[in-house]
Amino acid sequence: MNSFEQERQLLDGLAQNDREVIEAIYRDNYPMVQAFILNNNGNTDEARDIFQETMIVLFEKAVSGNFELNCQLKTYIYSVCRRLWLKRLQQLQRYHNPVENGEETVSVEEELEVHEKHNTDFSMMENALARIGEPCKSLLDAYYIQKKSMQDIAADFGYTNADNAKTQKYKCLVRLKKLFFAQYKNGK
Amino acid sequence: MDELLLIEAVERYMKGEMSPKEKTFFEEIRKNNPSVDQMVVEHTFLLHELDKHADIKAYKHSLNEVEAKLADAGLISRSQLKGKAKVVFLWKKYKRSITVAASIAGIISIATAGLIVAYTKKVTDSNKEDLVAYIKQTVRPTVQSGQPSKTTIPAPPAPEYRATGFLIDGKGFIVTNAHVVNRMKTIYVQNNKGEYFTAISVYNDRNADLAILKINDTAFKSMGHLPYSIKKTNSDLGEQIFTLGYPRNIIVYSQGYLSAKSGNEGDSTAYQISVSVNPGNSGGPVLNSNGEVIGIITSKNRTADGVVFAAKSKNIYKLIEALEKSDTTSKIKLTGGTGLKGLERQQQVKKIEEFVFMVVGN
Repeated sequence: MNSFEQERQLLDGLAQNDREVIEAIYRDNYPMVQAFILNNNGNTDEARDIFQETMIVLFEKAVSGNFELNCQLKTYIYSVCRRLWLKRLQQLQRYHNPVENGEETVSVEEELEVHEKHNTDFSMMENALARIGEPCKSLLDAYYIQKKSMQDIAADFGYTNADNAKTQKYKCLVRLKKLFFAQYKNGK
Repeated sequence: MDELLLIEAVERYMKGEMSPKEKTFFEEIRKNNPSVDQMVVEHTFLLHELDKHADIKAYKHSLNEVEAKLADAGLISRSQLKGKAKVVFLWKKYKRSITVAASIAGIISIATAGLIVAYTKKVTDSNKEDLVAYIKQTVRPTVQSGQPSKTTIPAPPAPEYRATGFLIDGKGFIVTNAHVVNRMKTIYVQNNKGEYFTAISVYNDRNADLAILKINDTAFKSMGHLPYSIKKTNSDLGEQIFTLGYPRNIIVYSQGYLSAKSGNEGDSTAYQISVSVNPGNSGGPVLNSNGEVIGIITSKNRTADGVVFAAKSKNIYKLIEALEKSDTTSKIKLTGGTGLKGLERQQQVKKIEEFVFMVVGN
């Protein structure tokens, strides 16, 4: 198997939320990223933060399905981390001329714009879920996030049967919809 | 069309659970009814967003767990590197101002040192109430959830005091308060299943009011990986916190916020927190919403309401360092990262509670 196919497999694994794959990517790439961030006014906490965000960018790409990796995975990860970190430095007003590791980079501007949008979507959903109130929040969380079956949920929440829980769930969904789209319309 | 019915239909449509006949019927309705069509589009979008949200959440959870595991294995470096990098960074940034300030400070400090020595009054602890429960009359060994305790050790004979402690290393190292340990000649710890183990104090720091216990009971099996980590840096004002402890015979949860960055009489090694605690909470862990231990409950103000003090978690690192220096056989390995980030509170507590112990003794 050539390295291209190997990386393809890694990305497929990532899209499946495969822990072994996540771990492999961490082992192969984290030290390089940490070195870069430490060399550029950062600390290890920040390095871990940036690396996590990069892993999320990678995940979003892998899930989207039309991910064409036209460079090595390592180069891609480095480029995203570098961009994210320089941006963070600027926000913190700690900007300085980057000290490079001599790694190759590719342009990732477009990806990061998409990622930014995903981030807003994520926090919008988080907001809507936070404001929906109980028991709706737990109910939707159990069904959509933890993917529990309706029978289990009915038992956990004390509904007499799954159908009643289901009706309640749909009602909650209507509320969630209102809250979620309200934010959209406010152009947040 | 009824909105609830419609949502149900959309969900089944998306999941492909409709029969072909139903599907054609549904698509027919959509075609002929623009407002239904619009609703379907919206719902599809919402469910799609919700799905994406769930995936990212699950993925973030995996990331945190992998990170914690690697940090534990020493593959992701933490603390040491961080300390250095930060100091270097701060030094670079403030080099010039530091040198100027240092020379001025030097002169002033010599002048004030004498004054301070002359005027410092002895700090009194009269307003401080430590949180050890005196329990001679009320104690009885607790067995929760109806299961008989499996331990071979009998319950301690009439313990007089009760407090809290928590594991910092699955091998059986527990942190609690020094004032807890100082009152006890024999120490027992009990987990949330009601099992008792004997423990000894291996290190004790009265200034920080912290002590390390070691469970020396043969019945104790190493509990492996801890779900929480110990925070090395300071926490921010207003941070949401929660604690678990034994003000009663069963474990009790309580939550609040960080209200000041120093403790009693400006003690910079402690925080002031606002949380409801009672005698018996002493030595309990204070955790933030990421599941990092940020402090250890030590005392509360006798006269003011809701003023509780907690030793800062970074003291634990100092304590361990001192312990390892004085006793080279005790090697404590702290957890590198928290595996609790992003979890709901109930799940966090579920994962933590078996690592929080009742400390009793007489």
